[in-house]
Amino acid sequence: MSATVTFGKDLTGLEQLSAEQIKTILDVAEPFKEISERPIKKVPVLRGKTIVNLFYEPSTRTRVSFEFAEKRLSADTVNISATGSSVVKGENLVDTARNLEAMRIDMVVMRHGSSGAAQFLADRIPSNVINAGDGQHEHPTQALLDMLTIRDHRERIAGRKVCIVGDILHSRVARSNIYGLLKLGAEVAVCGPRTLIPHGIEDLGVQVFKRIEEAIEWADVLNVLRLQLERMKAGYIPSLREYNRFFGISMARLERAPHDILILHPGPMNRGVEIDSHVADGPHSVILQQVTNGVAVRMAVLYLLAGGQPERAELAKRERGS
Amino acid sequence: MSRPILLKGGRVIDPSQQLDAVRDLLIVDGRVAGASDRPPDGTAVIDCAGLVVAPGLVDLHVHLREPGDEHKETIASGARAAAAGGFTSVCAMPNTRPPIDDPAAVGFVRAEGERAGFARVYPVGAVSVQLAGEEMTEIGELVAAGAIAVSDDGRPVWDSGLLRRTLEYIQTFEIPYFSHSEDLGLSAGGVMNEGPVSTSLGLRGIPAAAEDAAVARDCAIAELTGGHLHILHVSTRGAVRLIRAARERGVRVTAEVTPHHLALTDEAVRGYRTEAKMNPPLRSAADVQAVRDGLVEDVIDCIATDHAPHHYEDKEREFDDAPFGVIGLETALAVCIREMVTSGRMTLPELIDRMSCRPARIAGLAAGTLSEGSAADVMICDPEERWVCEPEKFLSLSRNTPFAGQELLGRVALTLVGGRPVFDRGGRVAAAAAEKS
Ligand SMILES: [Zn+2]
Repeated sequence: MSATVTFGKDLTGLEQLSAEQIKTILDVAEPFKEISERPIKKVPVLRGKTIVNLFYEPSTRTRVSFEFAEKRLSADTVNISATGSSVVKGENLVDTARNLEAMRIDMVVMRHGSSGAAQFLADRIPSNVINAGDGQHEHPTQALLDMLTIRDHRERIAGRKVCIVGDILHSRVARSNIYGLLKLGAEVAVCGPRTLIPHGIEDLGVQVFKRIEEAIEWADVLNVLRLQLERMKAGYIPSLREYNRFFGISMARLERAPHDILILHPGPMNRGVEIDSHVADGPHSVILQQVTNGVAVRMAVLYLLAGGQPERAELAKRERGS
Repeated sequence: MSRPILLKGGRVIDPSQQLDAVRDLLIVDGRVAGASDRPPDGTAVIDCAGLVVAPGLVDLHVHLREPGDEHKETIASGARAAAAGGFTSVCAMPNTRPPIDDPAAVGFVRAEGERAGFARVYPVGAVSVQLAGEEMTEIGELVAAGAIAVSDDGRPVWDSGLLRRTLEYIQTFEIPYFSHSEDLGLSAGGVMNEGPVSTSLGLRGIPAAAEDAAVARDCAIAELTGGHLHILHVSTRGAVRLIRAARERGVRVTAEVTPHHLALTDEAVRGYRTEAKMNPPLRSAADVQAVRDGLVEDVIDCIATDHAPHHYEDKEREFDDAPFGVIGLETALAVCIREMVTSGRMTLPELIDRMSCRPARIAGLAAGTLSEGSAADVMICDPEERWVCEPEKFLSLSRNTPFAGQELLGRVALTLVGGRPVFDRGGRVAAAAAEKS
């Protein structure tokens, strides 16, 4: 682990990070994994820091994962969600930013429906901003936990063949994974109905598979995206049944794979649509471990953005929470 | 009546007469005097050595926001910004609130323009009542009240039957139809050009095909009817190709391009810069090359700004939610000099032709010439002056320009409308008048 790796104020996406920075986050996540296994899951690393979890879109998973990460590092946290909060309702993002600034908080974790919203906020407040998903742009901590999980099972990322399957067009998870995996030297492909593959995706350095059988034959890892049910209503696919038939990940399909395939899914799953239950609950799946790793990766990000030294993460772990 | 003015020793460029020579230009009674006329007593003499004296610029495409959004721009502030940019005639689009879809509204725009007394303001009437794309407006009445063209700009005339009838009906009144050519099915939900940049930013794209498909349809209907189709803000390689082909087979189609589509690609959107958000969007480098070539090769007739003011508050927000549009009146000449003249693609007289004489002809305006007896609408500029684009100094009420902070070349010094100074950066006219008295 290099002591020279430093971080900026914010984490808005993986596109702006270097391979070294990404590796450092993954390395720092390792010691933090163990904290979650203790009976008293708390270290005083962020004691006295205030963190606001600002969620404009409902997302129980990501918010809860961040909240655990913050609490296990002893930060004081406040959750603000668009549903049922006057701070956010009817107020534009500039005013929300100014209000947060006036409250002298240290960090903001934001989920927002518009691409670029995290950057927008980061440019306007002195606090650290962590993007917990902005529109169809990036969801960096999700990609980091995906990479940590791949590394856990396949030792390294470099040289691995990862195919992201499903609605690439609307997916921030796909974009962050593409940026992160390519930086760490993986080969990346996408597969899905052509209506859900953005034009120009090849320019990012990924290959496109039209059929899932080709993707399975090629890949070491499949990252299976959730298919939003709205996509059918909007006419991108004719029916969920048909989607499952042509793109769903089933045991029958995986059994034909030439080598062992790791199955990731960012959740929540639509069982029987993009993924069959036998796969989700079967031996290929590392989906629950992704959830566990999510907390560790988010602890690492919070720690590093708060100015924590990468090489001191191991020591920080040993301090006992009070 | 304003006092006589002698513009002395400038480089007079008037493409309408193939004129490009250092000479004096005398203005008496608001009109251009004959070359042999002598300045009467009391003439204000303005030294124009080193400056270009040209017909005032003509902009076929501005949004002045009045009535309805006077916090963004008014007819007066827009006409004043136009004068500062060297424009002496501007055509105001009808998508105001309420829209300019009846004769009284046309009369209002005209009267406000005259009352303001800066650039001349020519109303463009709506094609359809309430811009709803259903029922045709009383186009004859609009023209009688002063409209010089019809358009539903901001939206295409989506019903091909209505478009056909419009392109037929306008022929009685000899006005063009200004077309915002966009296939709404292809552009739906898009906020920027579709391509690698939109993919990496995660923003929904508007494919070039949305413009191409609409231009193809519009040209086919123009061919069917013989009506004058003028295509606004051409931005794609495909549109240039389609317009070229239509003209080659004799279709009555003209076209314009904006300074921003000549100057910028969709890379300008990176960082989610809402001041680079407009419709049609900034396109790829290949498209920019095609519209530049199209202008040089005369497939695109003229340059128009699509000046679209927005309040800073409306632009200071998430990219998806920010409105489309950029302003352009006060930067158009300099941006076009940089992109087209300094780069060697065109001569300055050719550029002035495309910003003055040609647009005047498309809209049938008595403008774009300094021939003897014509109204003295004159733009005087220093094509060598370097300046930095500082939006806070604009006369427009809005600041939404993608050129903020850029160094520009070529600056308007003085603008006359009917021989009357409507913009005078250095106070030259006042100084000359003081000297005489
Ligand atoms: Zn338009």
